[in-house]
Amino acid sequence: MGPDPVRAEALGRSFAGVPVLAGVDLVVRAGDAVVLLGPNGAGKTTLLRILALLARPTTGRLALFGADAATAPPALRRRIGYVGHESLCYPDLTATENLEFYARLFAVPDADARVRDLIVWAGLEAAARRPVRVYSRGMSQRLALARALLHEPELLLLDEPFTGLDAAGVVALQERLATLRLAGHALVLTTHDLERAAPVATRVAVLHRGKIVWAHDGPPEPVVVAAAYQAVVTGRA
Amino acid sequence: MRGAGAILLKDLRIEWRTRESLASVFVLGVLLLVVFTVAHDPEPEAAPALAPAVLWVAFVFTGLLGVQRGFLLERENDCMSGLLSAPVDPAAIYAGKLLANVVLLGVTQAVVVPLVGLFLHVDLWGVLPGLIAVLSLGNVGFASLATLFAAVATRTRAREVMLPLLLLPLLVPLLIGAVTATRAVLGGGLGAARDGIAVLIAFDVVFVVAGWLLFAYVVRD
Amino acid sequence: MLAALWLVFVAVPTEREMGIVQRIFYFHVASAWVAFLGFFLVAGASAVYLWSGSAGADRLAQAGGEIGVLFCTLVLVTGPLWARPIWGVWWTWDPRLTMTVILWAIYASYLMLRAFGGNDDAVRRYAAVLGIVGVLDIPIIIVSVRLLRGIHPAVITRNEGGSGLVDPWMRAGLGVSALALILFAAWLIALRVRTARLTDEVAALRRQVAEAA
Repeated sequence: MGPDPVRAEALGRSFAGVPVLAGVDLVVRAGDAVVLLGPNGAGKTTLLRILALLARPTTGRLALFGADAATAPPALRRRIGYVGHESLCYPDLTATENLEFYARLFAVPDADARVRDLIVWAGLEAAARRPVRVYSRGMSQRLALARALLHEPELLLLDEPFTGLDAAGVVALQERLATLRLAGHALVLTTHDLERAAPVATRVAVLHRGKIVWAHDGPPEPVVVAAAYQAVVTGRA
Repeated sequence: MRGAGAILLKDLRIEWRTRESLASVFVLGVLLLVVFTVAHDPEPEAAPALAPAVLWVAFVFTGLLGVQRGFLLERENDCMSGLLSAPVDPAAIYAGKLLANVVLLGVTQAVVVPLVGLFLHVDLWGVLPGLIAVLSLGNVGFASLATLFAAVATRTRAREVMLPLLLLPLLVPLLIGAVTATRAVLGGGLGAARDGIAVLIAFDVVFVVAGWLLFAYVVRD
Repeated sequence: MLAALWLVFVAVPTEREMGIVQRIFYFHVASAWVAFLGFFLVAGASAVYLWSGSAGADRLAQAGGEIGVLFCTLVLVTGPLWARPIWGVWWTWDPRLTMTVILWAIYASYLMLRAFGGNDDAVRRYAAVLGIVGVLDIPIIIVSVRLLRGIHPAVITRNEGGSGLVDPWMRAGLGVSALALILFAAWLIALRVRTARLTDEVAALRRQVAEAA
């Protein structure tokens, strides 16, 4: 089966002395879809960026696919895909140009064909030759997802991917994520709105003030999770 | 190093698409030269003596703007994270950005230098090879530190002030070498410029290597 | 420390060449050496900080930078005070002076970066990079300012005044004052590092109190 995609122990991260993460333990296995729930300021984005190797933890240990994150060579990033709050795409280039650029950076084999496939997959054929600057939020989101999938990463990290999507966009994204999970990818997504993420999840964890305060293995019962979430956020606020 | 080439082409393509830098460099370059010439109001015989200093000062001012922009464009849509999420060495990102800056600064020089020749009555044609050599060496030296510190400046507060504040003191030896070499080349060809060129080469080597090694520490989060 | 400084004043009266003003020379040259040591300290501590992330190394780099700029300022102030009566001019762009000004500017910008760059941990890394780059620039500055001699013909070499160190007493005086200033600077640095560490600890305690509330 291979080593777990994510093994995090006691991850901590402070900014100028202020702790944002205060001891997070997390294990993600292939085929998992972990949803991290939490109010704003809970540390979700920071945690995700650490998992994406975009930031370093101040304390704790992280192993991705068995390799220690602190000493890992850049090549480890080939197995990780990251979708952040922003599209990570250059506004003055077209979708095709952006994807071609990242395909080169990630050494994607047969890049032209793969880029074309993803443009179709993301429903961007019509806009493919226009600069990203003019895209709608939904289009940018789909492009960001396409960018993250270019190199077929085994671990996909998504930061609040449902924000700003209309109902149709939400459904489309849910379907795509479900497909990816069934294909064997590991997913970690953060959200503050469980309703949208629940259909995709195999596990839920609630992050509050930098710690995981509640977790549940198995598909979440929205009512149960919502109650726990409320208790956590109001009870310990 | 495959990443460096891709980044270089990407930056050049974006620049070509928007032509923002080119336009502002041209306008700013002309304005600076006009201000210098009018403020000094030299006699036609005395004017050429000013040329080396004016040329390099104008280059530094326009260069600061251009390099700053190069990293600001990575801030839009958090593209810098895109670069850092790729399986490329941060040093390759530095190399790509450095090469892109060298090209764009070269274009800046191609605009500013003929204007200097025009406004200050300097004959550039006769000494073109030597002049180009000096310009290129100065270009690389400027770009080596400017690329490193533009990455720093765009991530700190007061970023418009920070880049010149950090960069100008460090660049003084480069400017001394460049102005000395330019003066010598305009006066007597490449041979006379040996000392200045030695300084330029030393600067280039030391700071390209330093930038290569230190860039990873700047972009690491 | 102060005892050493007092010694300098007492020992020096036995050496009068150009009059009382010449005594500034001891402080002036010694300050320059201390400033250089300060800058090398910044570079060394910065390298350690980048390598190990040690907060102590970062505090040491900051202290080194502050002391270095302080003594560099002293050099730039005592120089003209000495030069005016002896040579008749407050300032000249000779190589050594130019170099001192450039170094002062580099490390002043280092302090500016630390002060105004924002409150992040990241600023310490950027400052460390600047500290290292600054020291790398020093040899190039030394070589390049010599080129200026060719441009400006009227040059008064610094050492004409003080190169009359034939008298062993004078050499001793210089050595003692250098040692005294180095000790003084080291004491200031230790003080500064301690203050920085205490400030950090207070801030951490404040945060703990705020969170418990």
